[in-house]
Amino acid sequence: MENIISVEGVTKKFKEVTAVNNISFTVRAGEIFGFLGPNGAGKSTTIKMLTTLLAPTEGKLLLNGHDVVKEQNTARKTFGIVFQDPSLDGDLTAYENLQLHAVLYKLDKKTIAPRSEELLKLVELWDRKDSLVKTFSGGMKRRLEIARGLLHHPTVLFLDEPTLGLDAQTRNLLWNYITALNEKEGMTIFFTTHYLAEAEAVADRIAIIDHGNIVALGTSEELKKLTGTDNLEKAYLELTGKDVRDESLSSSASKKEITRRVAHNR
Amino acid sequence: MDTIYILWLRQMKKYRRSGLRMVLSIVQPLVYFLALGYGFNSIFEKAGRGSYVQFIVPGVIAQTILFTSIFWGANILFDKQFGFLKETLVAPVSRTSVMLGGALGGATIGVIQGVALFIIALIFGFHPYSWPALGITVLAMTMLSLAMVSFSSAVGAIVDDMPSFMAVTNFLVIPLFFLSGSMYPLDNIPGVMKVIATLNPLSYAVDAMRTTLINQSHFGLPIDFAVMTGTMVVLFIFSIYQFKKIEA
Repeated sequence: MENIISVEGVTKKFKEVTAVNNISFTVRAGEIFGFLGPNGAGKSTTIKMLTTLLAPTEGKLLLNGHDVVKEQNTARKTFGIVFQDPSLDGDLTAYENLQLHAVLYKLDKKTIAPRSEELLKLVELWDRKDSLVKTFSGGMKRRLEIARGLLHHPTVLFLDEPTLGLDAQTRNLLWNYITALNEKEGMTIFFTTHYLAEAEAVADRIAIIDHGNIVALGTSEELKKLTGTDNLEKAYLELTGKDVRDESLSSSASKKEITRRVAHNR
Repeated sequence: MDTIYILWLRQMKKYRRSGLRMVLSIVQPLVYFLALGYGFNSIFEKAGRGSYVQFIVPGVIAQTILFTSIFWGANILFDKQFGFLKETLVAPVSRTSVMLGGALGGATIGVIQGVALFIIALIFGFHPYSWPALGITVLAMTMLSLAMVSFSSAVGAIVDDMPSFMAVTNFLVIPLFFLSGSMYPLDNIPGVMKVIATLNPLSYAVDAMRTTLINQSHFGLPIDFAVMTGTMVVLFIFSIYQFKKIEA
């Protein structure tokens, strides 16, 4: 199988803090790839680099063979993303949010209406297409974001903690859509989560990142064998330790604090 | 082009849906127009300067546009906070068109507010000296609005929180407005004020509108438009530069 994502020797520094430290890995086409790690370990930074929102300090990232820095716009057309926090316009309707996305991604005008209908039906929001998004619940917004992320036929879908803050029913529903998409359309899925049972259930392979380094990569079985544990949660704690971490590196308020602690740990 | 259009359309839809806010934003300049216009009218007339109600209309139109446009960048902050900005930042479109789509939306709203105030002034008895010259008035409104929206967008792109945004814009908006000749004639004022008014780009927009609406000119239209064009281009480039630097 060919590699759809390729990360080669990538480092990201924010001033003196190294958020991601010389990581390399590949994701194969059609794979469901889980990217796990404690808060502030470098997950979101890696996703932001892969999705062109941050430039790496060193190293190379390829998406479908396109360099995300040098061929930014070509790379952008090939992926869809569902961010950790909502990124919809609440003052527009569900349908208008999709329309706007379709124009930004230069979809053929004739295909916008049927494609939007197909996806809104898939995520069960067709009957709410003309409602303002600000009237939606958290779960509905997440479903709409997934529909929007798929609108332009991406070959890779990035999901940054897609099930955070959702009830068990909605989480179950979302994973059903996602695994179905992967099976039917062969879409590659790259996701992060803190729910290890979800990762264990759906991911073909899992990478664990900690302090900016990839500490393990393999199938959930391999990770359990490596650590001599019987479930992924135990394997994860074995690999990353039990210390509580700082919150996200990307929030600038906590950056100084993290710098201090990182310096202290070293 | 499609990108700019759809982002402009987004602003128009949001504006249309803003309901009461659309109406309320015109109240403040309307109060200035009615209270100051009629309040100072007799003194102004006794001083032999004609009707103050007539005189102040270009000033309050400029005020409406200034206030609407300079706070417009708050929308960039909302887009940052509510996440929508990320949707445009990962899309295969240039930052220039993202900035331009939003800025044209903001400028359109500024001009709509300016024209609305003009219509209200007509109802209260304002009479422009020449109807064809109104075309040039609208051009001046558009340039003023684009310049201020560009500046405001740049501030919205630079700062990450509302208090900082409000601190910067509030710091600028009052001196810009009161030291621009929007409320009083620029001849026969103290030298320092005259220097400041000459350096204030808003003075030229007010002057262009006053020239085309009531045929009273201080700098002359060619200078007015030269300064406005320069200001607009500089702020526009500055804003695009700041948009290109945004990292999520």
